[in-house]
Amino acid sequence: MTIAINRPRALVVRAPGTNRDSDAVFALEQAGADAHVALLSEILETPSLLHNAQMLLLPGGFSFADALGAGRLFALELSTRLAAELTAFVAAGKPVIGICNGFQALIRTGLLPGANLKAALGPNDHGRFVCEWVQLQPVSQRCIWTAELDADIHCPIAHGEGRFVCDDTTLASLRSNDQIALRYSSPNPNGSVADIAGICDSSGLVLGLMPHPEDHIVQRQHPQFIRGHRGGIGLGLFQAGVRHASQL
Amino acid sequence: MAHGDASTSDRHRLTLRSHHSPALATTITIESTLSDLDRQRLQSVLCDPLLESGSWNTQIGPLQLDIGLIPGVTDTAAEQVIHAASLLGIHVTDAAVGRLIDLDRLLDDREIRSHYTNAVIERWATGISVEPGYALRETTVSPTELVDLALDDDALGRLSSQRGLALDLAELHVIRDHFSAANRLPTDAELETLAQTWSEHCAHKSFRADIVLPDGTVLEPLLDQLRRSTNEIDASFVVSAFDGNAGIVQFTPTRTYALKCETHNHPSAIEPFGGANTGVGGVIRDILGAAHQPIACTDILCFGPADTTDDQLPDGVLSPARIIEGVVAGIADYGNKIGLPTVAGSVLFDPAYVSNPLVFAGCIGVAPSPRPALTGPHPGDRVILLGGRTGRDGIRGATFSSMEMDATTGDVAGASVQIGDPITEKLVSDLLADAWHLYTAITDCGAGGLSSAIGELGDGVGADVELNLVPLKYAGLAPWEIWLSEAQERMVVAVDPHQLAELAALAHRHGVELSDLGSFTGDSQLVVRHNATPIVDLPTTFLHKGRPRRRLQAILPQPQRAESVPQCNDLAGALLALLAHPNISSKAAVIRRFDHEVLGSTVIRPLTGACNDGPADGVVLAGPSDADGIAIGIGVNPWFGLSDPEHMAWAVVDEAIRNVVVAGGDPEAIALMDNFSWGNPTRATTFGDLVVAVRGCCDAARAYSAPFVSGKDSLNNEYLAADGKRHAIPPTLVITAVAPVADVGAVVTPDLKGVGNSLVLLGTTRSEFGGSHLSMVIGDQQPRAVPAPQAASPALYKALHRCIVDGLVVSAHDCSEGGVAVAVAEMAIAGRLGASIIPSTIHHDIVAALFSESTGRIVCEIEPSNVAQFVEAINVASDTTLAAVIGSVSADHSMHFGPQLNLTVAQLVHAFNGTTA
Repeated sequence: MTIAINRPRALVVRAPGTNRDSDAVFALEQAGADAHVALLSEILETPSLLHNAQMLLLPGGFSFADALGAGRLFALELSTRLAAELTAFVAAGKPVIGICNGFQALIRTGLLPGANLKAALGPNDHGRFVCEWVQLQPVSQRCIWTAELDADIHCPIAHGEGRFVCDDTTLASLRSNDQIALRYSSPNPNGSVADIAGICDSSGLVLGLMPHPEDHIVQRQHPQFIRGHRGGIGLGLFQAGVRHASQL
Repeated sequence: MAHGDASTSDRHRLTLRSHHSPALATTITIESTLSDLDRQRLQSVLCDPLLESGSWNTQIGPLQLDIGLIPGVTDTAAEQVIHAASLLGIHVTDAAVGRLIDLDRLLDDREIRSHYTNAVIERWATGISVEPGYALRETTVSPTELVDLALDDDALGRLSSQRGLALDLAELHVIRDHFSAANRLPTDAELETLAQTWSEHCAHKSFRADIVLPDGTVLEPLLDQLRRSTNEIDASFVVSAFDGNAGIVQFTPTRTYALKCETHNHPSAIEPFGGANTGVGGVIRDILGAAHQPIACTDILCFGPADTTDDQLPDGVLSPARIIEGVVAGIADYGNKIGLPTVAGSVLFDPAYVSNPLVFAGCIGVAPSPRPALTGPHPGDRVILLGGRTGRDGIRGATFSSMEMDATTGDVAGASVQIGDPITEKLVSDLLADAWHLYTAITDCGAGGLSSAIGELGDGVGADVELNLVPLKYAGLAPWEIWLSEAQERMVVAVDPHQLAELAALAHRHGVELSDLGSFTGDSQLVVRHNATPIVDLPTTFLHKGRPRRRLQAILPQPQRAESVPQCNDLAGALLALLAHPNISSKAAVIRRFDHEVLGSTVIRPLTGACNDGPADGVVLAGPSDADGIAIGIGVNPWFGLSDPEHMAWAVVDEAIRNVVVAGGDPEAIALMDNFSWGNPTRATTFGDLVVAVRGCCDAARAYSAPFVSGKDSLNNEYLAADGKRHAIPPTLVITAVAPVADVGAVVTPDLKGVGNSLVLLGTTRSEFGGSHLSMVIGDQQPRAVPAPQAASPALYKALHRCIVDGLVVSAHDCSEGGVAVAVAEMAIAGRLGASIIPSTIHHDIVAALFSESTGRIVCEIEPSNVAQFVEAINVASDTTLAAVIGSVSADHSMHFGPQLNLTVAQLVHAFNGTTA
């Protein structure tokens, strides 16, 4: 049994319809965190759960069935009931990551890309949900999650609404502020502007991305493992977040 | 919930138009008094200006088609609109979400139905808006009626068909006699309860029928035959077979797996999205109802050809293109949202499925072991309902799915079809994962709703429940409707009263609604009350054991079994046509819409190889930190069944087993599931086909020592067209095989991996072309032999498995549709490498060598230095010459079958994928 000294406490939020929470817990644990799932309703009732955590992960899934658009209701819950706590969390220097549905929620809360910037995740350009493996190039040196990554990550996407869109001002600003965290280095799977797969906020602490690095933590998970493929695991991204959180 | 009255409430409608596809808008109708500010705030949530534009209360133009859901159909989006408004502090009394389509020209109703709408769940109008569904709900409750059964046989038959009871005369007589002995009339609720419980769907009466042959011989019922084969195999890994909601097996000491596969054919025919959607939801509940946590879904789909034109459709039948789109979207919606990987499957096309598409939905679950057995319900336990609310959806689904369909089915069966709510089921699943120690028995509400769930749990013990404690979606349900509703996402558990508070607290934490409906009594009587007045009062013995056993006549088929070979001059053309055939060509367009990665446990995916586009045989699942896992394989071939259902059954059992063995599954511990979709069993030839198919299943199961642990039949898959023409499906048997994989680091995939490696064919090739795909693509109509059982296969697979464990096998692929030629072509496509084959090493006749579909054959890629060891290991173990080197992996990116067939890998890829390599 590993003792939790220097293992930062990571909170994984499960909203109704979240479904990649166990994948995220596995990734965080492998990366050295002490990861716990908390229901959204529990955090709303007991916001101190947030204060006691050093990092926060909003996982993939279909929160509230995405019935009003991906992540919209999850975002509304967060922004009407937890806005101050989330702002304080980031202000305290604690890292936050939203994956897939978590990204869709973060972008609607406005935590991503940040003040005065306008971005959204729309339906894929081909109009369908798609599940396939992609390759991600880490770009941002500002983002604490990607700055130290030196190799592409191979991992799956599984989404119907992953097309990153933003206005020209926002794109220019994301570029000049080094907030483009990850780009698709394999063919763009959904029509995202500038092949953007993930972005961070201006602090570099908050990362949102559509693909699922949490589903490529051990080599065996790669579809071509059996053909001898090694490398490209997503573990380094989570280790970077854990490393940052453990220094708090 | 009543909708607001007009004096205090307004109706507002927001139209959302996506920038991406502006011709198709979403409408949100809101019943509320809204200020301008309220509307702005709501719009800021419902509309993202980067993605869509929103406008309030716009006039509908003359070329706009307005579509809304009919009352009672689940409208998850509308519920979330109310939720969103409440977060903003805005009170909304009701909401409805619909679609608005811009037309190019005015369409007549037939065109609208054919392209845009479905009368089973929707209402529409052109040029004016449709009234929201909530404003049209009936709110008057019809009282419980008594039904007089003192009728002659004609009148009894009419009563059965008017009420959709699907009971035959013998059954109606038994019911009439039961109530006349009790000296009272049955209530409508009692009659409906008996009809659902005794339906083909719930009672499997044809599988439980005595079988009478033309010479008067009586055979054991089919279900007994299957059970007996399992009992005789007596495999140590079977925990529970043909009992409860799912079969349960145990391959390792620390966990058990629950296996189930269901059909959802009739609902998918009339409302493809909802039918397939709730098929997935239902089979996942079966796994929950076996006290296991679901880990993966499977799907096998049979459709009419996608290019079938409207004028080829019988009246009242949806086009295959719409059925395919709806079914695939429905499966994706449920599986993806609930967060289960949809892994193994098949997609088949045949004109015979135009009127009767088939949807087989499977689920596999896991539970830690050991865990105390569920011993309830005990007298005194509470009857607890968990999950979704009850509405007027899915009324009489069990009887509906037990009847033939005709042109009016879509109109009259609307109430039988539902739309699923995977998020509610996910919450129930999360709750049950934490609450397994808090109940003594569990089952799901499937066909028959509460009547079958509480009826089955109460079998022998008895129950007394109050229907006004059932939470309703809206008012206005008659008591029998509450009792029979098949509203989705509901489970019933038996709970010791001392543990109820803990379960209630957990349910609250997980956001699951819990209702205490009454108790299990111990008096063996099923009593259902509405406002304290009994509306059902039946002995459970009569309910579950009172049905008279059926006797069904069977005429057994006499298939042609002489070997012969069709003539085929253009071998390369035939191979390309096979690779492009809808049954063989890439299913990526379907597979990629299913999340097969969630949970991170998919080791072999349905698509595999160098470019992730080769078809895998079996899939392998293992938790990311587990050393061991399971392999899942599917076997299905209705074309074999058309002429020889017995050999078809053996062949598809063999195919399912071969699929798991080539992936690395252990042939010593294979569990099987059967799913029969068949025509009308009262036709003696149709039933005869079923009888011999079950015989083939049992024989194959014994040969492989692979027991059946769960099964499901769907009969009466027939459609009576308005012109009197009858459309029946071919005999369709789906076999699912599940086997343990001891080391998931050493699995095998079919993609070629190394230039210079040898290709070794295992098994014997005969001239077997009955139901073959070569016959289909060259238009051969001759009756020919369907591939026969190969006695050597069980020993062969065990020998192959030892070689896989020893690391001798680089890749392996089973030979099925299209024979060795298609198998090697698929290996070449998957590995983007060429192959050179010498046909005479397979069979002296080159057509048989390439395209025969003999069972029991596998192509293996072996490193040259291991070939001698591999061939010897196989031939010694199977005591005959079953391994032959047929060629090698070549460096030239081409495929050669002798001098007669030469194609580039790029040509193969193009034919298979329909695109350039």
